[in-house]
Amino acid sequence: MNNSENGATPWLFEITPKNKFFSLNLNEVWQYRDLLLLFVKRDIVTVYKQTVLGPLWYFIQPLFTSVIFTIIFNTVAGIVTGSVPPFLFNLASITVWNYFSSCLLATSDTFKANAGLFGKVYFPRIIMPLSIVLSNLIKFGLQLLIFVVFYIYFIVSGESLSPNFTLLFFPVLVFLMGLLGLGLGMIISSMVTKYRDLTYLVTFGIQLLMYISAVNYPLALIQEKMPDYSWIIDYNPMAYVIEISRYMLLNTGSFSVGSFLYVGVVAVAVFFIGLLIFNKTEKTFIDTV
Amino acid sequence: MEDIILKAENISKQYRLGQVGTGTISHDLNRWWHKLRGKEDPYLKIGDTNDRSTKGESDYVWALQDINFEVERGEVIGIIGKNGAGKSTLLKILSKVAAPTTGSIKSRGRIASLLEVGTGFHPELTGRENIFLNGAILGMTKKEIAAKLDEIIDFSGCERYIDTPVKRYSSGMTVRLAFAVAAFLEPEILIIDEVLAVGDAEFQKKALGKMQDISRQGGRTVLFVSHNMAAVKSLCTRGIVLEHGKVVFEGGIEESVDYYTEIFSKVFSDPPVYKDYSNKIEILSFHVKVNDRIVKSGTSILLGQKIKIILNILIKDDFDDLSIAIDILDKNGGLMSHLTNEDDGFYSNKLKNKDCKIFEIETSELLFIPSSYSMNIWFGIGQVEGVYDIKNFFNFIIEQSAYTKRTKQLPSHSKVYLHSKWSVEILNKDND
Repeated sequence: MNNSENGATPWLFEITPKNKFFSLNLNEVWQYRDLLLLFVKRDIVTVYKQTVLGPLWYFIQPLFTSVIFTIIFNTVAGIVTGSVPPFLFNLASITVWNYFSSCLLATSDTFKANAGLFGKVYFPRIIMPLSIVLSNLIKFGLQLLIFVVFYIYFIVSGESLSPNFTLLFFPVLVFLMGLLGLGLGMIISSMVTKYRDLTYLVTFGIQLLMYISAVNYPLALIQEKMPDYSWIIDYNPMAYVIEISRYMLLNTGSFSVGSFLYVGVVAVAVFFIGLLIFNKTEKTFIDTV
Repeated sequence: MEDIILKAENISKQYRLGQVGTGTISHDLNRWWHKLRGKEDPYLKIGDTNDRSTKGESDYVWALQDINFEVERGEVIGIIGKNGAGKSTLLKILSKVAAPTTGSIKSRGRIASLLEVGTGFHPELTGRENIFLNGAILGMTKKEIAAKLDEIIDFSGCERYIDTPVKRYSSGMTVRLAFAVAAFLEPEILIIDEVLAVGDAEFQKKALGKMQDISRQGGRTVLFVSHNMAAVKSLCTRGIVLEHGKVVFEGGIEESVDYYTEIFSKVFSDPPVYKDYSNKIEILSFHVKVNDRIVKSGTSILLGQKIKIILNILIKDDFDDLSIAIDILDKNGGLMSHLTNEDDGFYSNKLKNKDCKIFEIETSELLFIPSSYSMNIWFGIGQVEGVYDIKNFFNFIIEQSAYTKRTKQLPSHSKVYLHSKWSVEILNKDND
């Protein structure tokens, strides 16, 4: 601050009861970028400290789940995955789904889990969910690596596999998925401060959501077998995210520009609604949490 | 020329009492319905001042009401008040943790708070990593922290452990490290709440010294909240006294501390409060004697005098081992001394219904530092089960006396006077 004659310097900031209706103070977030990165680092470094297998746990979970899914859904229940090996089909879906679900689960707990910290110091609260989405992105990247390893393995062992040219848009899809998880998470985390019931709803709701998100079956299968109820899945953006990512990675299933746009519109809308509610809660939650 | 760096205008904060969660949906709907019709929030109007001891009529209280003040650049302001006067709420609003219900705060500088040290420490990270994390949480950039890293580590005195996870630290070390990070913060306005209560005596001294440095040479504006009046007096230039969520006094630090102590002495003139838990005894009468003369509550007692308490008790049940304990509290409510019948190996067993007993308890010389004190008395069975107690049983003021030959006042921030005998022996080697 430079000198200020007769109090003419403008106020640096003002603390008032209510936030402006909509404010994402990007400037402030930028000032705290170091904190964001440190939170990401903390989340990555500390997760598997003092474990024998360490970061290997990042790979064990999707691999084992894929094996189980392959046995249950493909071998026992007989779901057909076309020319793609069922294991790879499941691994792709689970890796993508995991990113969304871990973003949603972790961000939806933002206010409650950090009440102690938030109650003592101020920093832009959005830093917290942002850091969760970013650290999960790194985790997602690692899990994608293991997917690539198996991909190559299957090609070497003679399967005819090839990604689709739309793979170029995969980062956009991941971004939209992150946005969707973050937005939903922010909405839920804000409501959890008042109504704790939601915490319980989220933990099992997310499991149920997986079954209507086309994670362990091709989208076309449900439309063929249950035409009366397939609308539930038709409206679920996550079902499209999974289906499209499988199309991009494995060249299987369906793709349409319309569904891609639908995902985009929903993700952006949910994100902004989330931001709105989050901003509103940010100022008052400490009295209600 | 005035240079106002911080200005609080009509700050008020309302809290809802009782169970939050039950009925919030109905309140929310009601609020929303009022808002929809363009009417005022129905819950904002009601509300009592924040006085814990009286039972209010509504579920909402004002923790702060119409707080106005201005702070000039470079001032060190002490915010003082009893527990529950609203100090912490005010600091929370200033540090943007909680939003005010009405009013606004304007600032021309970055505000950082030292509300509670060690927030955001992660047990699995090393000391060094935690310095960066904690610094960033408090609003520093990585570059700023890196520039001060050596100083911080040096100040904390934890060099040897700096690459060890913090979970292996002793609690004292954690606190020192946390304080070190915070002490090297460089905001224009610094908020400090009771941090000096941490660490051992040596570290406290260091911390207090650092605080003084910050405020004196840095020209930094500091808002300081503490119950330690000595620290407040030595650090601050101006004081704000809060009571029941309102500013009751604003002025020089000496006057503020005096005003604050006066509020406390008001509490001490409160009448005794009796509580009977099990109808086993009845206090027929009690009085206190100094020099064999009965004195009233609120009296002055000279340093070094003894007091004698006489209790006339009617027993209303058959029981064993009536125990009596007396607490002597200082003006801040801190326990100065605890006396019980066990101290003298005295026991009253085999009590019979309708017995009437007169107990006489004489203390040794009272050597508390001149100030005001109060006494609570407690009756129980076997030192455990309480049957009766009297709060504010007896209040007194200790006055300096000829017990000490010093001419100056005893330092008011010391607690107990210890009499010392002095002598000197002259050894003259030439006389051998």
